Amino acid sequence: MSIIRLFFLCVLAIGFLYFPALLVFAKIAAPEKSLGSIVNGPDGKPVGSRLVAQAFISPGYFHPRPSAVDYNGQGAAGSNLSPTNPALAERAAAIAKSYDASAGNPISADLVTASGSGLDPDITLAAALYQIPRVGNARGITSEQLRSVIDTVKRPLMGKLGGPELVNVLELNLALDRISR
Amino acid sequence: MHPFIPSLAFIVIALGVSWPLSRWLFRAVVPPAGIGRFDKVLATLLGKSALTSGSWKRYFIQLVGFNAVMFAVTWAIMSNQQHLPLNPDGQGPVDTSLVFNTTVSFVTNTNLQHYSGESTYSYLTQLTLMFLQFTSAATGIAAFFALARGLAGKKDMGGFPRDLARIVVLFLIPLAAIFSAGYILSGIPMTLEGAASVTTLEGLTQTIARGPVSAFLAIKQLGTNGGGFFGPNSTHPLEGAGIISNFLSLLAIPIIPMACVWVFGRIVGRPKHALVIAAVMSAFIVLKIAVATTGETSPTAAFANLPVAESPNLEGKELRFGATTGPLWSVLTTSTSNGSVGAMHNSLNPLTLLAPFSGMWLNSTFGGVGVGFINFFLFMIIAIFIAGLMVGRTPEYLGKKIEAREMALAAAAFIIHPLLILGGTALFAATSMGADTVANAGPRGFSEILYEFSSAAANNGSGLEGLGDGTTAWNIATGIVMLLGRYLPIVIPLAIAGSLALKPQVAESSGTLRTDTATFGLVTFAVILFLGALTFLPVALLGPILEHLMVPI
Repeated sequence: MSIIRLFFLCVLAIGFLYFPALLVFAKIAAPEKSLGSIVNGPDGKPVGSRLVAQAFISPGYFHPRPSAVDYNGQGAAGSNLSPTNPALAERAAAIAKSYDASAGNPISADLVTASGSGLDPDITLAAALYQIPRVGNARGITSEQLRSVIDTVKRPLMGKLGGPELVNVLELNLALDRISR
Repeated sequence: MHPFIPSLAFIVIALGVSWPLSRWLFRAVVPPAGIGRFDKVLATLLGKSALTSGSWKRYFIQLVGFNAVMFAVTWAIMSNQQHLPLNPDGQGPVDTSLVFNTTVSFVTNTNLQHYSGESTYSYLTQLTLMFLQFTSAATGIAAFFALARGLAGKKDMGGFPRDLARIVVLFLIPLAAIFSAGYILSGIPMTLEGAASVTTLEGLTQTIARGPVSAFLAIKQLGTNGGGFFGPNSTHPLEGAGIISNFLSLLAIPIIPMACVWVFGRIVGRPKHALVIAAVMSAFIVLKIAVATTGETSPTAAFANLPVAESPNLEGKELRFGATTGPLWSVLTTSTSNGSVGAMHNSLNPLTLLAPFSGMWLNSTFGGVGVGFINFFLFMIIAIFIAGLMVGRTPEYLGKKIEAREMALAAAAFIIHPLLILGGTALFAATSMGADTVANAGPRGFSEILYEFSSAAANNGSGLEGLGDGTTAWNIATGIVMLLGRYLPIVIPLAIAGSLALKPQVAESSGTLRTDTATFGLVTFAVILFLGALTFLPVALLGPILEHLMVPI
C-alpha cells in the first residue's frame, strides 16, 4: 500500500528531520529565548518571563494591564467581552475609580482593558506615567526618580523604526527594586 | 497614521513575496524534466505505483485514503496520550467527543479548537497535530494541482502520493524551517521541557507553560491551519513575542494561497488570467481591510461616559503588536481560512466583525492553501454561466464548453456552504444546544453561534471565543460540518474539471468571454458579491449590524 508508506515517509521527514533539527537550532542559536525568556532576580532565582505578564498588586509596584485569567501562565485567555457587554464598562469604571480618574485626568485605555492573552507584558508610556503618584507615595521617592527609571526601560514599538513607546512591567519593577526597596 | 495605509502596503509586500514563492512551489511539484531525482527516491520508498497518474476519481480516492490514515493514527495517539511519552506536564485523558472534534479539525485543515492547548494536550499530541498541519495543507495543495491539470485539458490529473510527498518534503518543510528559525530568533520558545515555575517579585508562584512552539507556529501559519499551541493563539506572548514574530506570522498567512494563483496561471498557460483572478481576490481583501480598520479605530462604545482616554478598541488586543495588527490579522486569517488570531475576535467592535464574517462566507478570496482557489473556480464557473445567459451563448471556460452537467455540479457545490452555516446556526440558535452556551447576550450571542458554524464550514478555525463550545453537541455538530465542508468542495470541483478535460477544445472566437480581461474580473467580482450578499445579508443584519445599532452613540 503506497498510501501507508507515504504516511511513514511524512512521519520521518516531519517528526525525525524537521522537528529535531529545529530543537537543535534553538539550543544553539537562542538558548535563553527558546526556554521562554526567563528572567532571574537579584538572587539569581527565576522571577518570571520577560514576555509574560505577572500579577502586581502592591501599591509600590507598577501594575500591568488587567487579566481575564489572573495572569495564569498555564491557562491564558482574553475576557471575550463584546463592546456592548455591560461587564466591560463596569470593569473599566471600577479601575478608573481606584485611580481617582476624572474627565480632566483620564486613565490610559490600556489600564482598563484586558489583553487577548491576559498576559500582555507591556503597558503604554502614558499608563506608566499615570501610576507614578501611587508608586512614589508607597516608596517615598520622587516623581523625577521614577520618571528616569521609566525612561531607561521604555522602548519604541518597532525598535529603531520608532512607533509608540511601551514599557515592560516586569523589567520596570526589577529596575525599580534596584534603586529602592 | 490610519492603519489602512500600512495594511495596504503589507498586502503589496505579501503579493511580492508570493511571486518567487509560486516559482518554488511549481518546481517542487513539476520537475523540469518530467521525472526528477526525488521521484527516483520516491519510487524506491513508496513503490513504482506511487509515480503513476490517472483520473480524478483515482486521485480523490487516494487523497481520502491518506486522510483516513491521518485520522486513525491521530485518534489513537490523542485518546491514549496519558500513557504515552513526551508528556512532562502530565496531561490527562481527553473526552471522546473532543478527540473526534480535534482530530477532524486538524485533518480537515480547519483547526477549530474546543480546548486550550497548554492545559489539555501532551507534547506528543501537539506534535501529532503539527504533523497534520503539514499533511492537511499538502492535501489541499495537491487537490489544487489535480484541478489545475484537469483545467489545462489533461485527462491525466496526476498521482496523489507523488504530489503530496513532493509538496511536503520539497516545499512545506524547507519553507516552514525558514519561518521557524525566524520565530526562534525573535523569541518564540522551542523546547521539550515542561512548564517553568517561577516566584514572582511579590512572592507568588507563577507556572508558565511553554513547549516546542516555533516548529508548530511556522506551519500553523503557512498551511492556513491556524490552530494555536496555546489557547489564545497568537495573542499569547510566547506565540506572538513581538513586532518581528508578528510580521512573520502576518506574512506567512496569505503567501501560499497567493502563490497558488500564479501557479494556476502557469499550469494552464494563461498568466494574464491569473493576474485577473489575483486582482479580484485582492479587491475583496482591500474592501475588508477598509471595513475592519475603520471599525477598530473607533473607540469602544462602552467607555463613552467614563474618564478613559480616547484610544482605538484595546480590549482583547496586545500592545506589542501595534494598532494595525488586530484588524489586518482578522481580515487575512478569515480571507485565507487560516483561523489564527492576533486579537480576540469576540471583543472586536460590531461592524468590524463584518470583515471576518464575509471572509469565511466567501472563503475564496485567496482562501485556504489550494482549496481557496478551488472555491474561487466554482464562483468563476457560475459567473461565466450567468454572463453566458446574458449574451445568449453557450458558456466556455479555458476553451471547454460548460454544460448542464457542470452547472448542476457547480450549483450543488455552491449551496453546500450556506446550507451548513445557516442550517447549523438555525438549529443551535433555536435550541439550548447553542443558546445556553453563548458568552455575550443579545445579537453578539447570535454572532457567536453564527461564527462557529461559519468557521467550521469554511475550515477556518477561528472563533468568537468565550462560547462554551466544549459540549458534546458542539463537538459533534461542528465535526460533521468540518468534514462535509472539506471533502465535498474538493470532490465536486474535481469532478467538474475531470468532465471538462474530456471535452473537445473549442476555438476562441469574437463571441468568447475572454478570461484575461477587466470585464471578466468585474463580472466575477459582481457575481461573488451578489451571491454572497443574497445568501448571508439576513444573518449579518441579525448579528453584527443589529448589535451596532444597539450601541448608544
